[in-house]
Amino acid sequence: MAAESRSVGKPLAHDSARLHVSGTAAYTDDLPEPRGLLHLAVGTSSKAHARIKGIDFAAVLAADGVVDICTASDIAGENNCGPIVHDEKIFNDEIVEYVGHAIFAVAANTVDQARKAARLATIDYEVREPILDPMTAVEKESFVLPSERLQRGDADAALADAPHRLQRRLNVGAQDQFYLEGHVAMAVPGEDDTLTVYSSTQHPDEVQHLVAAATARSAKDVVCICRRMGGAFGGKESQAATIACMAALMAVKTGRPCKLRLDRDDDMIITGKRHDFVIDYDVGFDDDGRILGVHFMLASRCGISADLSGPVNDRTMFHCDNAYYLDNVDIESHRCKTHTVSNTAFRGFGGPQGMFAIEYAIDDIARALGKDPLEVRRANFYGVGERDTTHYGQTIEDNIIHEIVDKLENDAKYQKRRKAIRNFNARNAILKRGIALTPVKFGISFTATHLNQAGALVHVYKDGSVHLNHGGTEMGQGLYIKVAQVVADEFGISLDRIRNNAADTSRVPNASATAASSGSDINGKAAQKAARKIRARLTEFLAAHYNVAESKIDFADDTVTVGAEQYPFEEIVQLAWFNRVQMSATGFYKTPKIHYDRETFSGRPFFYYAYGAAVTEVVVDTLTGEYRLLRTDIVHDCGDSLNPAIDLGQVEGGYVQGVGWLTSEEVCWNDAGELTTHAPSTYKIPTCSDLALDFRVQLLQKSPNREDTIYRSKAVGEPPFMLAISAFLAIRDAIATDDRPQPGLQAPATPEAVLKAIEGDQ
Amino acid sequence: MSQGGSAIDTPLDSIRFMLDGERYELANVDPTRTVLQFLREDLGRTGTKEGCAEGDCGACTVVVAELNRDGDDVTVRAINSCIQFLPTLDGKELITVESLSRGGNLHPVQQAMVDHHGSQCGFCTPGFVMSLFALYKTDPRPSRRAIDDALAGNLCRCTGYRPIIAAAEAMYDGEAHQDWLRQPAAQDGVFKPPAERIEALRSLEREASLQYSTAGRSLFAPLTGDELAGLLANHPGATILAGGTDIGLWVTKQHRELETVIYTGRVAELHEHRVTASHIEIGAAVTLADAMQTIVDNYPGLDELFRRFASPPIRNAGTLGGNIANGSPIGDTMPALMVLGTTLVLRRGRSRREVPLEAFYLDYQVKDLRAAEFVETIRIPLLGDHVVVGSHKLSKRFDQDISAVCNAYRLELDGEVVSDFRLACGGMAATVRRAGHCEAAVTGKPWNEETVEAACKALSRDFEPISDMRASAGYRQRAAQNLLRRFYHESRGDVETTVYAYGR
Repeated sequence: MAAESRSVGKPLAHDSARLHVSGTAAYTDDLPEPRGLLHLAVGTSSKAHARIKGIDFAAVLAADGVVDICTASDIAGENNCGPIVHDEKIFNDEIVEYVGHAIFAVAANTVDQARKAARLATIDYEVREPILDPMTAVEKESFVLPSERLQRGDADAALADAPHRLQRRLNVGAQDQFYLEGHVAMAVPGEDDTLTVYSSTQHPDEVQHLVAAATARSAKDVVCICRRMGGAFGGKESQAATIACMAALMAVKTGRPCKLRLDRDDDMIITGKRHDFVIDYDVGFDDDGRILGVHFMLASRCGISADLSGPVNDRTMFHCDNAYYLDNVDIESHRCKTHTVSNTAFRGFGGPQGMFAIEYAIDDIARALGKDPLEVRRANFYGVGERDTTHYGQTIEDNIIHEIVDKLENDAKYQKRRKAIRNFNARNAILKRGIALTPVKFGISFTATHLNQAGALVHVYKDGSVHLNHGGTEMGQGLYIKVAQVVADEFGISLDRIRNNAADTSRVPNASATAASSGSDINGKAAQKAARKIRARLTEFLAAHYNVAESKIDFADDTVTVGAEQYPFEEIVQLAWFNRVQMSATGFYKTPKIHYDRETFSGRPFFYYAYGAAVTEVVVDTLTGEYRLLRTDIVHDCGDSLNPAIDLGQVEGGYVQGVGWLTSEEVCWNDAGELTTHAPSTYKIPTCSDLALDFRVQLLQKSPNREDTIYRSKAVGEPPFMLAISAFLAIRDAIATDDRPQPGLQAPATPEAVLKAIEGDQ
Repeated sequence: MSQGGSAIDTPLDSIRFMLDGERYELANVDPTRTVLQFLREDLGRTGTKEGCAEGDCGACTVVVAELNRDGDDVTVRAINSCIQFLPTLDGKELITVESLSRGGNLHPVQQAMVDHHGSQCGFCTPGFVMSLFALYKTDPRPSRRAIDDALAGNLCRCTGYRPIIAAAEAMYDGEAHQDWLRQPAAQDGVFKPPAERIEALRSLEREASLQYSTAGRSLFAPLTGDELAGLLANHPGATILAGGTDIGLWVTKQHRELETVIYTGRVAELHEHRVTASHIEIGAAVTLADAMQTIVDNYPGLDELFRRFASPPIRNAGTLGGNIANGSPIGDTMPALMVLGTTLVLRRGRSRREVPLEAFYLDYQVKDLRAAEFVETIRIPLLGDHVVVGSHKLSKRFDQDISAVCNAYRLELDGEVVSDFRLACGGMAATVRRAGHCEAAVTGKPWNEETVEAACKALSRDFEPISDMRASAGYRQRAAQNLLRRFYHESRGDVETTVYAYGR
């Protein structure tokens, strides 16, 4: 097909953009409400750890508008919302393990009535001692999953023999997803005990199965539908199921449609976040800054249950290398059980914390040796054809970090600006500037190999329009437009012929979560296969019908070329229908080449890697610890981008979200285990003016994925998030002085944390 | 009508406002029903979203248009519908995201957002569109900084804002349009609303005040100060509602039931606002946006503070009187007003008294305000150019954040010697108050580093701040002192600018 008529590779607008801006894009809470709909609210624990001695629901039931309550005893099936390990209950009636742990739900005629009533239960607690931080959990051996260890070479010996050695403890803060649309689900009972669940979820399949299990149904009886989410970022990967189960259980109990929409505070208190970590490193290196041996101790706050903490922490272990070859390495990983909300997926999925640790170590090494950190980074980069095997045994075959960093260093005028900054800092006593360049290498695939599969269902209707279904969900990342672009090109038709259908478990079964940045990779391939099946049938039919060779048949520009003749696409489709050609097909894709043994942490967990690098420059007020980003330059690798506009949005948005994680977004708990940052009044994600005035982002050009991905593109959801480490290290750079070469800045670098790193504890 | 008597003359009085050219008259509306609830639940207009129900995320942003004082033009303001009570719409025109597109044609603001990829998940988008629309109608050519300021109350978690800023810059590129909603702001005021629009708003004007009771709750929206004073005398337990930017949260977050609400937004005298030879006088119902503009015109050193105060939708709804009467220890206007020597005119019935702001706050949430008494006017002295006035706010985020510490300074020099020095701090104690030890350490001394160091030491004796999620006690102490050091450097011209404004 001629390049100009193709959709793939064009910077097309999001398929819902016009709906977004006009307020007509329907989110789950916007759907028309069925007759008799009840609204739910959740009654939760006010104690971090307690046994429930008794509950008096009288005031709840007597409250205005209340219709019913639902507790653990109302669950006919399994009282579980744990996605992997069945260790988390939907409703808790014996032990509560965090402030916000669900005890019951109440259904009322209005949202307000339900929310008021949910506060009225009288709960008698026998309070127990809570564990509120990861290191206490390590001391008490309180874990949600066994600790793991990943070793290569002999780290102890390398450390002992190294000419230089540094140790440090890092605190890396948690982060709330802060999707603008909070969790919401609506369950509608149907005939013969069926249920339709509208859920704001990244994983409709899991909602379907957990709802079925909780309500003692089988999957065939439950349909889960999600047209779009108002943001998710991992926060709706496993957590959405809890909300959906509550709505479904109440719908079953009352026989009426039920909707549960968490208000912002409840959403932040009840649902999980990015894991905060305590990380100790011990690194040995030579005079060039090359790492000879390194030991990491990783302790993460998993909260009360396993949730996705197993794979999250595995990914932290895998990404302790970032882009660097670690010869002798020893990584210990503790998955700490604390009496706080169960932490979950969030963009990067454990990777950011591991990458943060190694980047901090590299920064420390450079400062110890008096070198530019960029020089030390280069000394440690994975090689091409040598020093190219990761600590988990995967050979890196697509290393382009050298090209990216060279280009960025040049385009951003890194060296020149570093000199200018030195001069500025010599002249200014209070304001100090800093700069840092950090790389990203991020492994693409679910580490659990079996999840790397996707299905699609494509219908071509008689009028030449196309209904597109796949297992992926749309959370704003532009998956639907990308997959539609792929399908449009298979049929050679314009995008306006294609309708993106909601993710729907009755159309595409057993779909994996839209997660791990894999959405367009796997769903794009699956949809392509489905479309190709239909096109092959049409081609075969046309070849026979017109007696031309199949090679003389082409689909482009909404036209089908058959030999010397051209026909509008819809005419061909009409003809095919008349001749009884099947124009519906499924497609299925499984990612090739990957294999991985979790027992030994070895194999090829990742199909390929995505790369990028960023330079951030900041100015810091050393009197207060406040700072501004001045300029950001990014070069990011999307392979051959399916849609450069969408991908650019992912890169920019990911970076800014990462900056939030490492700067203003501080998740705080008090001594009673209560989350004290549970609304935007206290939890501060970046605003417009936090963006650097000078923000230059480019997608790496002419660098196709070396693996056979969909049109040689690369996954882009998560990798850019970690570009933000450059902003953190730029702040550290700004406050480093000859007297204070290695300021102990902790993350997030709030103004308070920055001032503490400058002045120490006063 | 009665002079604020408890008897309600028109028990079925209805709230009247315009929406999409249609006149709405709503009776028996719960006085605390929010505009957002009305839109989503009653009308099924679900374009406007709830993101936080506390006015901090902007997903619920709508625009309100109302007649200006002369009645010949309208003012256009973005507000947070999630905490705005429906009766406050009385007499106004409500504009929502659905109002902007006509017959499938997008508004230039919406089109720019599409063209520049300004939406990803799209949930915050209607709010951004409405904030941009307000900017489009009020600023003919905004700077980047004006765009940042206009969007300070809108959170986007997906895009990183760059494409939204690009849309804001491009939204003026479309051709001028016949439709008033699609006409950008013009400096010469040529794009006045059509006569029928003005006429519709005029037809909503009241001669008698709005008041009604429903389901045991009452709402009064008096038109005069006398009426307000009378109502308060008869309903001493009533909740006085001004901008609703805090009271809204009592309802949406704390689920409080307010039996009697007296809305001050229609009281003509409380909207008065003038600069005399000696004072700035601001009626208690003047919005923060308007009040701050006048204050900054006279005290440019407060510009940064006021830019960072909440967000445009909050400043458009909230009032200076409300901020003061609410008396939060972290209210950001009070430190500055305190060092300026602001006084409050308090009215009760027909009697008035004037109290200094610094004597108004007695303890945490305890004010020198008697039953049935209300703040009528805020009087800010004009000090002259020889007095240096400044303020610093410190928070985790620059925009729309609550202060960890907020310092305000007033410095008068006689040669090199300080003749008058005042420092008031927010976030450092149960109330905003002045730092007596620190002031004493400076007044009468030469304005030099030695004095400032002694002042910092003294400042540590003035307050015993608390630790919370915003900052630790230690940081508050340390930062308050360092901010004073910064003020010293700024007064000397040693530092070119604060980091906030750096490069901007």
